[in-house]
Amino acid sequence: MNSNSLKISNENLKRRLNAERRFKFYGVIAISLALIFVLILFTNIISKGYSAFYRTLIEIKIEFNDKVQPEMFKQMSDTEINKLDLYSFSKKNIYSNFPDIEKKSDKKKIIKLFSIEFEEEIKTYINKNKNNLGNTINLYISASDDIDQIHKGNYSRDIPEERRRVSNFQLSIYDELVGQNKVKFEFNLPFFSRGDSREAELAGLGGSLIGSFFTMIIVLLLSFPFGLFGAIYLEEFSKRNRFTDFIEININNLAAVPSIVFGLLGLGILLNTFELPRSTALVGGITLSLMTLPTIIIATRASLRSVPPSIREGALAVGASKVQTVMHHVVPLALPGSITGTIIGIARALGETAPLLLIGMVAFIVDVPSSPLDPSTSLPVQAYLWNDSAERAYEEKTSAAIIILLSFLILFNLIAVFIRRKFETKW
Amino acid sequence: MENKVKVCVENLNVHYGEKQALFDVCMDINQNEITALIGPSGCGKSTFLRCLNRMNDVIDICKVEGSIKIDGQNIYDKDIQVEKLRERVGMVFQKPNPFPKSIFENVAYGPRIHGLAKDKTELEEIVHTSLKKAAIFDEVKDRLDETGTSLSGGQQQRLCIARAISVNPDVILMDEPCSALDPIATAKIEALMEDLKKEYTIIIVTHSMQQAARVSKKTGFFHLGNLIEVNDTETIFSTPANDKTLDYVTGRFG
Ligand SMILES: Nc1ncnc2c1ncn2[C@@H]1O[C@H](COP(=O)(O)OP(=O)(O)OP(=O)(O)O)[C@@H](O)[C@H]1O
Ligand SMILES: [Mg+2]
Repeated sequence: MNSNSLKISNENLKRRLNAERRFKFYGVIAISLALIFVLILFTNIISKGYSAFYRTLIEIKIEFNDKVQPEMFKQMSDTEINKLDLYSFSKKNIYSNFPDIEKKSDKKKIIKLFSIEFEEEIKTYINKNKNNLGNTINLYISASDDIDQIHKGNYSRDIPEERRRVSNFQLSIYDELVGQNKVKFEFNLPFFSRGDSREAELAGLGGSLIGSFFTMIIVLLLSFPFGLFGAIYLEEFSKRNRFTDFIEININNLAAVPSIVFGLLGLGILLNTFELPRSTALVGGITLSLMTLPTIIIATRASLRSVPPSIREGALAVGASKVQTVMHHVVPLALPGSITGTIIGIARALGETAPLLLIGMVAFIVDVPSSPLDPSTSLPVQAYLWNDSAERAYEEKTSAAIIILLSFLILFNLIAVFIRRKFETKW
Repeated sequence: MENKVKVCVENLNVHYGEKQALFDVCMDINQNEITALIGPSGCGKSTFLRCLNRMNDVIDICKVEGSIKIDGQNIYDKDIQVEKLRERVGMVFQKPNPFPKSIFENVAYGPRIHGLAKDKTELEEIVHTSLKKAAIFDEVKDRLDETGTSLSGGQQQRLCIARAISVNPDVILMDEPCSALDPIATAKIEALMEDLKKEYTIIIVTHSMQQAARVSKKTGFFHLGNLIEVNDTETIFSTPANDKTLDYVTGRFG
């Protein structure tokens, strides 16, 4: 070979190299575009939603009097205190924080600066501190959603007064309070523990979090064992014939069925025929299981198939029965893949909205469900509901619900990747 | 002096679907001997071997006709339990296929499912003797809980041999056990077979004439699904009755 023959390039080679370069370029473009969109999506949601994770509190002073004395609380139990009617006492005390305001209509406006549940918050404070109450106490109570939005800067003050939900008078009071350093932010714990509410400052994700949790538990309990054993049977034991071919085709089709169809199925069969309780995590879970099942079966079958036949032969050759071979050797090796598929299926079910709308999990539910048989919503449905609400304060909550949802999805997928990396056997 | 006949194959015909892979094979295999099976690729050696422990049962399209008697008992009789049969007829595959479990588990699996050990110490005893018989004990005795797949190819193959003998079979089938191994590992396994034949009947498929000549007492030559000739190894390699055999062993085809 001529010593230069490796250096001289010819036309053909040049063209091939150019094609290669172009191909790489297209790939980079495609990936960058995808990344940019993801980035835009995330920045948008996070910038809109992060403010829902803290809330505004306003400090007020409460003075006890002859009728409502600190001593009397000492003997009372929590429930007794909660049953007391302290409404007018609380209201009067709030008024007396603003001694200059005398007009009745103005006083009403003052009350509107605070959350509608000011009485409950005062009671909660009393309950917590009932053994060391002075004659006057200073405590922080929640601001109303409008003040909350203004304090967070989500709500422009430049809008003309008649179109603004907060009047100029209320704004001046608010500014005064800020000037006195009586307004502060705090981590919004109630957002995670409370159910939905018509009052934006009270509405929380708790109900839908628990609802989603129950739903996913049902999905997991139903679809994982059925999916796993269905896949094992189909892949390892069933004889190939027309019937199993038919099942196989149907499972693959099932995976491609639009999710709303499963909702119709849930509505028609679970609610109307079997009369299971409407709007519950139980029905939602069963419906979503139908959707998750094919995903799990397909993933499990794929990982069963990737277990090399030599392992099966090794076990059979020492006299293991078919079931022993499958259960002792094949399934343990396929399990990581199956679990990965399950997690991804569950993640998809977690984000699913449409079927749940059909089975009534879209109702306005205030109580946090305590069992899968209680009416509930789920995370994405809650986001959908809030997105429909008129008040400005629901906007950040919608985004916050989506942030939480996305975090769970990312977490699930990370766990799936981790399991695959960590436990999958390489051949 | 001839050894007693252990396996007696009569009129064995095997089909894979439409395709016939073995034609009327008849062969006697003696106890405590090594019998080698040679022949060009695709001639049905593996198929024949897999009939002896009914591994072909798992292939749906495979149909086996004829009779194979081990100690006079036809293994294709209806009331034969294949699990019991495979306990008595062990197999070592061409490619080492240890379970992706610990070395100990690899060997302990067979005895455990057949209930051969009453307790843990007995099980350990079986595992240790099997590993010793397979001449791998010294290499792995300090790492019995490492996975079997982390061993070298030759060690894996010997581990598979230990696994095969752990259930104390009568017959061991070996399908090209040395094809993936270097000469040193091959020599180890050949020495091992020499040792094992005192207790077991060994049937080995091999592509290496030298190996067949070195280890086996008898050799069978397969061609296109027919057993052309089976005889003492020396005869096969020096004065075979059939011209095809002569051509094959002298390297003129195959
Ligand atoms: N699972 C199977 N399905 C269909 N045909 C098969 C199957 N296994 C083997 N055969 C066919 O049977 C014939 C014999 O195959 P076999 O594996 O017994 O050959 P072999 O002698 O072991 O060859 P090699 O030396 O290459 O291993 C071949 O023609 C092969 O195509
Ligand atoms: Mg073969």
